[in-house]
Amino acid sequence: MTEARMPLWEVFIRSRNGLSHKHVGSLHAADAEMALQAARDVYTRRGEGLSIWVVPSNAITASDPSEKEMLFEPTASKIYRHPTFYEIPDEVGHM
Amino acid sequence: MYTQALNARDAVAQPLSAEETAKSAAFQARVDDEQRIEPNDWMPEAYRRTLVRQISQHAHSEIVGMLPEGNWITRAPSLKRKAALLAKVQDEGGHGLYLYAAAETLGVSREEVVDQLLSGKAKYSSIFNYPTLTWADIGAIGWLVDGAAIMNQIPLCRCSYGPYARAMIRICKEESFHQRQGYEIMLTLSAGTAEQKALAQDALNRWWWPCLMMFGPPDGESQHSDASTRWKIKRFSNDQLRQKFVDATVPQAHFLGLTPPDPELAFDEASGHWRFGEIDWEEFRQVLAGNGPCNRDRLRVRRKAHADGAWVREAALAFAEKRRARKADAEKQAA
Ligand SMILES: [Fe+2]
Ligand SMILES: [Fe+2]
Repeated sequence: MTEARMPLWEVFIRSRNGLSHKHVGSLHAADAEMALQAARDVYTRRGEGLSIWVVPSNAITASDPSEKEMLFEPTASKIYRHPTFYEIPDEVGHM
Repeated sequence: MYTQALNARDAVAQPLSAEETAKSAAFQARVDDEQRIEPNDWMPEAYRRTLVRQISQHAHSEIVGMLPEGNWITRAPSLKRKAALLAKVQDEGGHGLYLYAAAETLGVSREEVVDQLLSGKAKYSSIFNYPTLTWADIGAIGWLVDGAAIMNQIPLCRCSYGPYARAMIRICKEESFHQRQGYEIMLTLSAGTAEQKALAQDALNRWWWPCLMMFGPPDGESQHSDASTRWKIKRFSNDQLRQKFVDATVPQAHFLGLTPPDPELAFDEASGHWRFGEIDWEEFRQVLAGNGPCNRDRLRVRRKAHADGAWVREAALAFAEKRRARKADAEKQAA
């Protein structure tokens, strides 16, 4: 294969329910404009979204899976970050 | 199925180092715990290879699968049918893209896998090597081929590899329309003139057995099942899925007033299953070996489409590069 490779893009879509943009997949396209067009054709054929972001895949910096424990484990021991950690008498009502 | 587990057995695995053995055990524990494996996670080489083969084969099947149906787009009997068929074929193209993207997360390039299809090195589902001779075939494909695909794909939504499972979830959401539009075509033909009903029966006659073959060789002969099951890529055996398909489909055929072309087909009260006759596995082997009715034609058409599109890809890249250079120039001058 001597053909040049098409750049890879990650596609994010905001659905109509007002939630934030969510990663839905990726695709190849020569430039941002064509990536948007292709994302519309591939990922919104059934009213899935109201807004599309395309981001060059190589612009994404990801956390290292081998550091997963170091990064995310410490939160498991910090139960005082959750509302249920605090005892409030029933008489106070919903809080 | 779309992922018929067809390729030659892998070379015998090399013995693992102590470190790799430990990693393998941790990996298997995660799989057993129903955790999803993600692209940058450590995985055994054989797991990666199996997935690349299966996912790209699945993607090729979606793409080649556009051809038999595409054959009828310009001749659909009404605007409604034409719009539906066009939308379905477009969906299949999308399925191919989701799956290629999933395969690429495993470290192969799109160009590489497409090249494997075009060179004939990679397989795709045997079913797409059969011709679509009449309009009724479009009904039969939606009903039976997409129906069989759904049977296979629903368990794949829980596959251990995250990107594959997510692609399958999107695909499964779209498949139900495919099957229903096909069955509706069959309903219309079956309720039509004697000639139309005969078309529907003829399509069922020709597609029935090839559809049963879609699930791949009988359990005893399947080459990849053991490891795939252990890795939770595959959750049901070929024969289990085939039986599910037959059980679901026979009553649908009867509702149409049509008869599957199998004199041995009979309902077994005790087990609650439809028992069916012997599948012609020699035909299956021949189609896989490239000797089906349309193998050569399918590849010829794919190769031509790819070659004819080369200048478009080239032009798009050249245009993007020109604009990038111009923008850089303009910024330099402004500075
Ligand atoms: Fe599909
Ligand atoms: Fe489909």
